[in-house]
Amino acid sequence: MKEVIQDIIIRNSDDYIINMGPQHPSTHGVLRLELSLQGEKVKYVVPHIGYIHRGIEKMCERDTYQQIIHLTDRFDYLSAHMNNEAVCLNVENALEVEVPERVKYIRTILDELNRLASHQLWWCAFGMDLGALTTFFYGLRDREVILDIFEESFGSRLLHSFNTPGGLMHDIHPNFQKRTKEFIKYFRKKLPEYDQLLSNNVIFQMRTKGIGYMSKEVAISYGVTGPSGRASGFSCDVRKNHPYSAYDKVDFKEILDTTGDTFTRYKLRIAEMWESMNIIEQLIDNIPEGDYTAKMKPIIKLPVGEYYQRVETSRGEMGVFIISDGNKFPVRVKFRTPNFANLFVLNKIGSGNKIADIVAISGSLDLVIPDIDR
Amino acid sequence: MDFNIYDFTSFTKWVDNALNSSMSPLLAIIIELIIIGLVFLLFYAIVGLLLVYAERKVCAVIQNRYGPNRVGPFGIFQTIADLIKLLMKELINIKHADNFLFNLAPFIVIIASFMAIAALPFAKGLQAIDFNIGIFYLFAVSSLGVIGILLAGWSSNSKYSLIGAIRSGAQVISYELSVGLSLLAIVVFAGTMQLSGIIESQADGWWIIKGHFPALVAFVIFLIASTAETNRGPFDLAEAESELTAGFHTEYSGIKFAFFFLAEYMNMFIVASIAATMFLGGWMPFHIAGWDGMNAIMDYVPPIVWFFGKTIFVILMMMWFKWTFPRLRIDQLLNLEWKYLLPLNLMNIVLVAFIVLMGWYIK
Repeated sequence: MKEVIQDIIIRNSDDYIINMGPQHPSTHGVLRLELSLQGEKVKYVVPHIGYIHRGIEKMCERDTYQQIIHLTDRFDYLSAHMNNEAVCLNVENALEVEVPERVKYIRTILDELNRLASHQLWWCAFGMDLGALTTFFYGLRDREVILDIFEESFGSRLLHSFNTPGGLMHDIHPNFQKRTKEFIKYFRKKLPEYDQLLSNNVIFQMRTKGIGYMSKEVAISYGVTGPSGRASGFSCDVRKNHPYSAYDKVDFKEILDTTGDTFTRYKLRIAEMWESMNIIEQLIDNIPEGDYTAKMKPIIKLPVGEYYQRVETSRGEMGVFIISDGNKFPVRVKFRTPNFANLFVLNKIGSGNKIADIVAISGSLDLVIPDIDR
Repeated sequence: MDFNIYDFTSFTKWVDNALNSSMSPLLAIIIELIIIGLVFLLFYAIVGLLLVYAERKVCAVIQNRYGPNRVGPFGIFQTIADLIKLLMKELINIKHADNFLFNLAPFIVIIASFMAIAALPFAKGLQAIDFNIGIFYLFAVSSLGVIGILLAGWSSNSKYSLIGAIRSGAQVISYELSVGLSLLAIVVFAGTMQLSGIIESQADGWWIIKGHFPALVAFVIFLIASTAETNRGPFDLAEAESELTAGFHTEYSGIKFAFFFLAEYMNMFIVASIAATMFLGGWMPFHIAGWDGMNAIMDYVPPIVWFFGKTIFVILMMMWFKWTFPRLRIDQLLNLEWKYLLPLNLMNIVLVAFIVLMGWYIK
C-alpha cells in the first residue's frame, strides 16, 4: 500500500500557479487549491486548508456531552443529524444505556431524510460546477420540502441538534409521518427529472466519464469513504458493515461500483437517493410507540476509558473518539471527518487533467469545507 | 411625406431630399450620419436592456422561479436599476495593469458590435448601409471583438483573466471558420453577398426551406458556431464562472464591466439577426411560390415585425441552450469544431455548390 500513496509534489519556481480559492465559486467554501498549470493542464493540486478552523475539538474539552452535540452540527452542516448521532451513540454505548426503539427508528428515518437533502444540494452544486445552472433550482425545489419537514419537527432547518444523549430533544411533530410519506411520493416522481436534465446530457457525460479515475487501492489507502469510496469498489458503508440505530432492521443494498470515475460517483449518489427512499418507506409506518428518550441523569459522566463510535454521514465515515477520565467533561475528543480524507485524494486523481476537470472532480467528491477544518 | 410601415424606402428618401434641399450636400451627409448614429445608439441601449431583462425572465421560467418582479410591473425596470447601479460603481484602477489597454479593451468590444448593426437590414429600406459585400462586412466586424477580449485578459495582469482571454481567442478564431462557411452556403445559394439581394432571393421561400437538407445543416452549424463565437453557454469558457470566477472581465467594475456585458447581449442579437436574415428570410414574410392568397395574407404583417419575430425566435433558442446545457471543456470545444463541424461544413459547401449547379433546390 505504501507505493500507492506516494504522490510527491515537486515545486519549481517557474511554475504557473493559480490559487483557486479561498474565495472561489466552485470550492464551495473557504478552501484554497494551489494549481500548477501547464497551459490548461494541471500539473499538481495542493489543497491548503485551515481557513475556517474553529478549534472545535479543543472546545469540546470544556463542554459537557450535551453541549458537544451542538458543536458537531457545524462540521458537515449538511449531515447535521448524522454528526449528532455519532456523539450520542458513543455516549450511550459508554454508559450502556438502552435507548427506546422509537428513538432508533426516528433517528434512522431522519438520517436518511438528511442524506437525501444533502445529496440534493450536492446535485445542485455539481451541476453548477459544470456550468448547468438550472440544476440548482431543481434541486433546491425538492430540498425545500425536506427542510420544511425538519422545521416543523425540530424548529430548525439546517443545524437541528435534535439528538441528545439518550434519545431525542422532544417527540416528533404529529404531522411528521404524513408529510414524510407525501414527500417520498413526490420525490419518486421528481428524481427522474434529475436524470433527464443532467445525467443523460451528452455534454455532461463527456465532461465526467473517464475523468478522475480512483482505483480501489487508492480509495482504501487514502481513506476515501462514502459514495466516493464506494464508487471505486471500496465497501465502506458503516450502515451495512457495523449497523447502528435501526439499520439492522431494514433491508437495503450497499450500492457499489468499480468504475471509479467522476460519472460513477455521480450515478452512485443518485442511486443512493433511491435507496434512502426505500429505507424511509420501510420504517415510516412502523415507528413504535414509546418514550422519545431514555431516562438520563442531568449531568452525564462517562466512566474512565476510551470510546469510539462511527456512523455513515452523507459523505462517508464519521468517527468520534472520546477519552474520559470520569469527569463531566471529556479529556480529549477526536473527530474523524470524512471530507478531510476525501479532499487529499484530489492531487492523486486530479493532476494531469484540465482545470475544468479539477472542478468536476472536486465536485464529485462532494466536499464540505467546515468538515475538513473543524 | 409618405410614411409606410411596409416599405421604408420612400420615408428615408423623403428625409434625404428634405435635408439636401435645405442645405449643402456635405452638411446633409454629416447630419444624416449624426441622426443614424444617435438612432443606433438609442437602439443599442434599448435592445441591450430588453435582452438582459428577457434573459432573466426566460431563465426564470426555465428554472421554476419568478425572475425580477420588484422594480416596476413584472420587474421591467430591473435592468434600468441595474444600469444605474453599474454607472455609479467605482472604477477600480489596478496596480501593475497596463492602464491604456485596460481602458481601451471595453471600447473595442463595444465598437465591434456597434459597427455590425450598421449593415443589418431591419425592414424593407431600413438599412443604414447596403454594401455589396454586406455579409462579408458583418463577418469581419463581428470578429473584431475578440481583440478587445484578448486585450482585456492580457492587460488586467490577472491569471484568471489571461486564461479566459486565451481560451476566448482560441475559441472565437476556431468557430469563425464554421460561422463563415455555413453562411457561405447561403451565399452560394443566393449568388450574392449583398444582404438586400439575399433577402430578395428569398421572396418565394426562405433558404432554410428552399435549400432543404444542406441549408438545414448550415443553419444548425451556424447556431452552434455563433453561440460559441459570442461566448455564450454552453460555450462560455471565456467566463467559466465555476472555473475562472469571471474570466477575462474578472478585474473590471462599473461601467467598463457593463460594456462587456452589453456587448455580449448585442452580439447575441447580431448573430440572431444574421441567422434570421440568411436562413429565415430576414424581413421577408413567409411566402410559398404559387400560393398567392396565403402570400398576400402574410404580406399584411409588416416586415419589421417579421424581422424581429425571427430574431427573437433565434435568441430564445440560444437562451434555451445556455440554461439547460453544462459547459464544455476547452479540448472538447476545439475537437467539436476542428474534427466535426469544420469537415462537415466543407462537405456541405461542396454539396451546396453541386446542388446549385444542378439546380436541385426548390426554385
